[in-house]
Amino acid sequence: MKILVCISNVPDTTTKIKFKEDNKVFDTTGVQWIINPWDELALTRALELKEGSGGKIEKVSVALVGDKSSEPTIRKALAIGADDAFRVDTDPGDSFYVATQLKEIAKDYDIVLCGIESSDYTSSAVGGMLSEMLEWPSVSSVSRLNIEGDDVSIRREIDGGQEIVSSQMPFVGIVQKGIALEPRIPAMRGIMMARKKPLNVLEPIEAETLTEYENFEMPPPKAAVKLVDEENVKELVELLKNEAKAI
Amino acid sequence: MSVLVYTENWDGKFKKLSFELVSYAKAIADQLNTEAVAVSIGNVEEDELKKLGNYGAKKIFNVQDEKLKNLANQPYAKIIAQVAEKEDANVLVFANNFTGKAVAPRVSVKLKAGLAGGVIELPSSLDPFMVKRKVFTNKAFANIKIKSEKKVLTLFQNSFEIKETENAASIENFTPEFSDADFRTEVKEVNKVTGKILLTDAEIVVSGGRGMKSPEKWEPLEELAEVLGGATACSRPVSDEGWRPHEEHVGQTGKIIAPNLYIALGISGAIQHLGGVSSSKIIVAVNTDKDAPIFEAADYGIVGDVHKILPQFIEAVKEVKAEG
Ligand SMILES: Cc1cc2nc3c(=O)[nH]c(=O)nc-3n(C[C@H](O)[C@H](O)[C@H](O)COP(=O)(O)OP(=O)(O)OC[C@H]3O[C@@H](n4cnc5c(N)ncnc54)[C@H](O)[C@@H]3O)c2cc1C
Ligand SMILES: Nc1ncnc2c1ncn2[C@@H]1O[C@H](COP(=O)(O)O)[C@@H](O)[C@H]1O
Repeated sequence: MKILVCISNVPDTTTKIKFKEDNKVFDTTGVQWIINPWDELALTRALELKEGSGGKIEKVSVALVGDKSSEPTIRKALAIGADDAFRVDTDPGDSFYVATQLKEIAKDYDIVLCGIESSDYTSSAVGGMLSEMLEWPSVSSVSRLNIEGDDVSIRREIDGGQEIVSSQMPFVGIVQKGIALEPRIPAMRGIMMARKKPLNVLEPIEAETLTEYENFEMPPPKAAVKLVDEENVKELVELLKNEAKAI
Repeated sequence: MSVLVYTENWDGKFKKLSFELVSYAKAIADQLNTEAVAVSIGNVEEDELKKLGNYGAKKIFNVQDEKLKNLANQPYAKIIAQVAEKEDANVLVFANNFTGKAVAPRVSVKLKAGLAGGVIELPSSLDPFMVKRKVFTNKAFANIKIKSEKKVLTLFQNSFEIKETENAASIENFTPEFSDADFRTEVKEVNKVTGKILLTDAEIVVSGGRGMKSPEKWEPLEELAEVLGGATACSRPVSDEGWRPHEEHVGQTGKIIAPNLYIALGISGAIQHLGGVSSSKIIVAVNTDKDAPIFEAADYGIVGDVHKILPQFIEAVKEVKAEG
């Protein structure tokens, strides 16, 4: 059995977002790039499953669609413990384009994991699109994943609760918080070994994009906070009622 | 041509969210000079289905099948795509919630329709089709162009005004075409919280952070939520510590909420926390540190000790409510 984790390369979650060229382009100056947090958790869980499988899960791979500048992120995934990696050497375009590229790699796997969203463009689309292109079942908002023999048991989050779902293989799991407790940190040995692991660079296949960013905007600056004295909480509640009309 | 909206039900009832979606779909239909049609999957009574008409759905497709009781991404997407084809839908509207995120991308592949997730307004132009959406975990907006003939949108919660209209809707039973291969997942168990206001639905949310100090100190926070008729939430470290259940965790890696009023008690306002709450209409912060970043995001605030302030807060709400 083989697991593929799709990882996207995103700005560190504390990045101050800025745009340039008339707000048409995201300004990457000074940005630290990381593995999208959900993808990092998915990878951690995939490795835990492999280690607990007694050899049944032979391999955990990672795949990323992106140019050469995203290689440190892939190396990090290898250092965390992925066995090998694929990079489709192209600009990510849009979610439809990315899913089309990933499909070529994913079709050889039994389980494909994606994150619920990339923290950059936040589309929440690639995992679902990929599953439809593969004509595989998908389970989304996965917060727990167990595999026993050929049985896949998934906990998924729904509004106001959770469901336990089973799925046939192959399938696409779209994961969120809970799938692993903490992301695995690469150890020194992992970092050394990562240099020797295969990183396959693939040419993109012909595909379209269906969407395009025209430009970006920052939210209008917020008015300064109105402070109320701690001795006068009632004034706050009155403001909430009469001015903000929030209660 | 038409605008199709998927209206999710919860145990046979629609929530405000579904009415917001229909209102939005109707407004796009008006822009396009066409009609809004809704599709409902699951056991919903006729009276309930009719309610969708009050927000502008001209036709309501009703799909009932024991096999479709729980969400299954593959068959749900298939049904919605079949209705879209039958009704020649150009624009499809979903919620940007768990279900919408699960189904909309699959439908978009079926129809080869470009997808814009988390949209917050009506399209600003129809040709080319341009719409504004949230990006960078709600820190910025993007104007995105959808180039394909068909379009799939997921609407960010609480971003469009619910509007009732005079309208007579027809209900049509729709029988989808399936094969066994569409049912490769199975729901074994459902655990739902009942009798509590759901965090994602709540108009008012009272949330606690590490400044609350310990899990035993949560009672006044819960009481405040109760007198306000709101739900409770917390920051990530609070749920990580097991002080509060994981369902309450809000923020970039937790739930994303957009209530009318968000009250942050003893929360510093880290950027990842704000990612999940910054779309709230009004934010109130209570924090001992006047320089805490939460005050930059807040509309109202009190610099002070939450444990001293909470009892007064509860009393003041009771008084103001009693005054009417
Ligand atoms: C990848 C990533 C994702 C993350 N996702 C999330 C997320 O989804 N949600 C989230 O919340 N966090 C998230 N975090 C964590 C985030 O960075 C912060 O660490 C966290 O939000 C801090 O929680 P807090 O405000 O409760 O605690 P602290 O930062 O410890 O703040 C406590 C606050 O309470 C105040 N205080 C102390 N005593 C009192 C008192 N008696 N009365 C009033 N105020 C008092 C203090 O002044 C302080 O401002 C994420 C981090 C990372 C790296
Ligand atoms: N460029 C990419 N390369 C590989 N995987 C990606 C890429 N972009 C998105 N993904 C995967 O799709 C998930 C959802 O991303 P998105 O649809 O962009 O919000 C991510 O968590 C990744 O698992």
